Amino acid sequence: MNDLQNPASVLDVRGVRRSFARTSGEPLIVLEAVDLQLRRGEIVGLLGRSGSGKSTLLRIVAGLIKASDGEVVYRGQTLRGPAEGIAMVFQSFALFPWLTVLQNVEAGLEAQGVAPKEMRERALQAIDVIGLDGFANAYPRELSGGMRQRVGFARALVTDPTVLLMDEPFSALDVLTAETLRTDFLDLWSENKLAIQSVLLVTHNIEEAVFMCDRILVFSSNPGHVVAEIKVPFQHPRNRLDPRFRQLVDEIYARMTTKQGPAGKPLALLSIGERLPQISTNLLAGLIETLASDTYKGRADLPMLADDLSLEADELFPIAESLQMLGYAEVAAGDIQLTTIGSEFAVADTQVRKRSFARQLVTRIPLAAHIKSVLDERPGHRAPLVRFLSELEDYLSDNAAEDTLRAVTMWGRYAELFTYDDDAEAFSLESPEAAGS
Amino acid sequence: MKANHLLRGLRRERDGDDPSPGALLRTHPYLLLRGFARGNLPSYWDVIAFALLIGTFVAIVLGVSQFGAPLSQIEHQTVDLSPAALPYYALRTTLRMVAAMLLSLLFSIGYASLAAKSRRAERVLVPLLDILQSVPILGFLSFTVTFFLALFPGRVFGAELASIFAIFTSQAWNMTFSVYQSLRTLPPDLVEATRSLRFTPFQRFRKLELPFAMPGLIWNMMMSMSGGWFFVVASEAIMVGNQTISLPGIGSYVATAIAERNLAAIFWAILAMLVVILLYDQLLFRPLIAWGEKFRADSEPGTVTPESWVLRMLQRSRFVARLSHFGMQSLRRVAPRHTAPRSARPERALPGWAPAVMDIAWLAAIGLIALSGAWLTLRYITQHLGLTEIGEAFLLGAATMIRVIVLVALASLVWVPIGVAIGLRPRLAAVAQPIAQFLAAFPANLFFPVAVYLIVRFHLHPDIWLSPLMILGTQWYILFNVVAGASVFPHDLRDAASNLHLRGWLWWKRVMIPGILPYYVTGAMTAAGGSWNASIVAEFVSWGDTQVQAHGLGSFIAQATSAGDYPRVVLGVAVMSLFVVGFNRLLWRPMYRSAERLAGVE
Repeated sequence: MNDLQNPASVLDVRGVRRSFARTSGEPLIVLEAVDLQLRRGEIVGLLGRSGSGKSTLLRIVAGLIKASDGEVVYRGQTLRGPAEGIAMVFQSFALFPWLTVLQNVEAGLEAQGVAPKEMRERALQAIDVIGLDGFANAYPRELSGGMRQRVGFARALVTDPTVLLMDEPFSALDVLTAETLRTDFLDLWSENKLAIQSVLLVTHNIEEAVFMCDRILVFSSNPGHVVAEIKVPFQHPRNRLDPRFRQLVDEIYARMTTKQGPAGKPLALLSIGERLPQISTNLLAGLIETLASDTYKGRADLPMLADDLSLEADELFPIAESLQMLGYAEVAAGDIQLTTIGSEFAVADTQVRKRSFARQLVTRIPLAAHIKSVLDERPGHRAPLVRFLSELEDYLSDNAAEDTLRAVTMWGRYAELFTYDDDAEAFSLESPEAAGS
Repeated sequence: MKANHLLRGLRRERDGDDPSPGALLRTHPYLLLRGFARGNLPSYWDVIAFALLIGTFVAIVLGVSQFGAPLSQIEHQTVDLSPAALPYYALRTTLRMVAAMLLSLLFSIGYASLAAKSRRAERVLVPLLDILQSVPILGFLSFTVTFFLALFPGRVFGAELASIFAIFTSQAWNMTFSVYQSLRTLPPDLVEATRSLRFTPFQRFRKLELPFAMPGLIWNMMMSMSGGWFFVVASEAIMVGNQTISLPGIGSYVATAIAERNLAAIFWAILAMLVVILLYDQLLFRPLIAWGEKFRADSEPGTVTPESWVLRMLQRSRFVARLSHFGMQSLRRVAPRHTAPRSARPERALPGWAPAVMDIAWLAAIGLIALSGAWLTLRYITQHLGLTEIGEAFLLGAATMIRVIVLVALASLVWVPIGVAIGLRPRLAAVAQPIAQFLAAFPANLFFPVAVYLIVRFHLHPDIWLSPLMILGTQWYILFNVVAGASVFPHDLRDAASNLHLRGWLWWKRVMIPGILPYYVTGAMTAAGGSWNASIVAEFVSWGDTQVQAHGLGSFIAQATSAGDYPRVVLGVAVMSLFVVGFNRLLWRPMYRSAERLAGVE
């Protein structure tokens, strides 16, 4: 058995890659080769932003999707499909709405062909352990989010799994409920009340990762790959206010905001196929104004800013990054700093802002410049959506291409650079008012 | 001991399918107390449930015992026109409906699963379903009857099957579409959960696919049932060439009444039909819909949940609870046991080009079959008929088309304002909605003789006055879809409209019509489709030996059928299918899409 070679290893991820075949061009890589070993008694976090491949890796380990390359070795065998002893907790809870709490928990055992009597006993016990007594005959719709996720945990734990996979299990819950659930789970884990030998947790919340994990793999996107592996040297229970805890959080923040593409490409040279986040111009203007205010005087520490604005790191990053793309701010080492153009934008009126935004779009965002020049060249100053969509699909997945076009449309409209007619699915230079008058 | 009791209680609640206590408590606060008082003595509900169950059983035995009889028996048997005979006829008709519904249910689940799970099958099955939906079924009656009679020569069973098949073909398609849609839109997280929990295919079906498809399926079953009454009446008494076969049932009763010019008998038949549909609604569909609510994933607290006294009875009755528990246990025993985990199965190694090649082969095979089918039809028609006849069929099709368009427009002018007025008043809508559904279920063909009587009596022009019969039974689809649309119209938008002083035509143009358009289009499309079908019986009607007919494709098919002129039947049905499919593709679908876009639905 594999255990002989490495007594502590529970599960081995060896050179796992994932790519999608596309109709045009090269296959799209969503996850570069990853090596990972889950050891006994360890909670490992996969930390990263959306599109960084962390969820893909979790689903490969769960046997829900196949790796394009490499293998996952579990109990001395290559994993093919969902395996016994690997259970999963979902972000959306994934409870069957037509089954009661008890039936939902039993579903985990029923699939294994456990006898009805034993099934009932084990399910009731799991419900008891997870703190759901009295809710056994309730339907999920009668429960709060926190209680629903407890059912999700009970359903995963009732099978006595060796490996527990968690896909952002607390991100759909409010702050207080999430914290209660985290500590409750960590209590069960620390007291060795569970059969689980190792946990793999996907999260985009840096504090959560530091709070729960013993080891954190930091992911970066386009294509998804591991940029850093960080050991968390603290014992459970951990104190979020501990200076060392704070320092580690800051360090990870800095690592995640240092923009480094795989080849360390400079930002000024964005390609036409750069993925654009769908951030409304109101948010961009709002962040610029906040940074320009007396509180920050043009410069802010990102974790602190996130805290002040009650934003998750995952929500703040794309806004900050958009400002950077547009040249309104610089982001480095966990800090954000307004540029001169940014400071000018903050005090300008609407018309001046729009002109500034139009200028930045044309000079900094190649896709916007491209759409504008195509429209300029065409005699009718109109071009169909599909034209740009198919161009983008050479670089991005279908969904990402659509999102990016939607984002650039939103920005282009605000800047009055071009407009878009959803009925005709076409871009044009003329706005309807101009055409009418 | 106590724990054991508790467990038994839990199990009963599981299998008895109680709705959420919360939902019940909202409407019936006293239920909480009643639950504790539940003892070992049988309740009133037990008695009623038992009587209903046994009664149903006896009725089935009574009805089915006739199936094995030789065909000659019903040929000589005349239909008894006394009202006392009606309950028995109603029973026979109802049983045909039940049989067809069960058949449709099995078909829809099987067909939809195949279409949803195999990409190759999907490519063929889904368009096929779309066409099947548009084919005028009534035109095919004479073929199917001949076919089934040949299967069971000289037996009533063959004729029964033919009738059941006719009803089936009017019910199955929309149910199948509904299941297919559900299976294609299964929540991805639940699908992942079933895979992660390593469900067997049967467990996945029982725990995820069937429950998820249930609300849509139940609703479509009800719609199908409404359509089915029309066909059961039309398919019981059928002339095949020179042979008339009339199965005992309300349809035959009416046919005989028409032949004997007995207006009183027709009145009794209408009454009997009313009672049957009402019973069906109360005993089957209200309970089903109320029960189906529990499968709605997104039910929000505070919304009005459908209720049914029958469902409440079934849920409270201990007898029914035991029975259903026993049923589930036996089902589990029959169901495939837990099989070897999927991971143990070795993977097939196929070269990368294999799927593409198989795709091409599959498409080629399908294309070949389709081509030879088209060629066969064309040859059959051209061998027997000339170009003039084909041209005539298209011309008559245009006549019927004008009727359909005018009638749908007229019905819309009447029912859209009324529907909106009803829909905006929730209390009224709650009352009117079931009535409109009920009216849609009523087989309008029962009223035809009355209309013919009037036309003959007052010497009216059949080309005009027969037309309203086409939409008589289908106009209600417009009404209840508009009511549904208006009743979910956002309240804040209405407030905003009155705040902006939008009134009169401006209110309709800017607020209400865009808001209800998707619903209206659905209703109008259903009504138009139904009217095409109804034209086959509505454009060619008789009263005793007086025949009244309008010029149209419907009467073309009806006449050809009664004359046993198969080439003309094929031509007529083919042309009508072309018209209906063309209508759907060129008018309704684009309209629906833009309506959805207008209403801001993604």
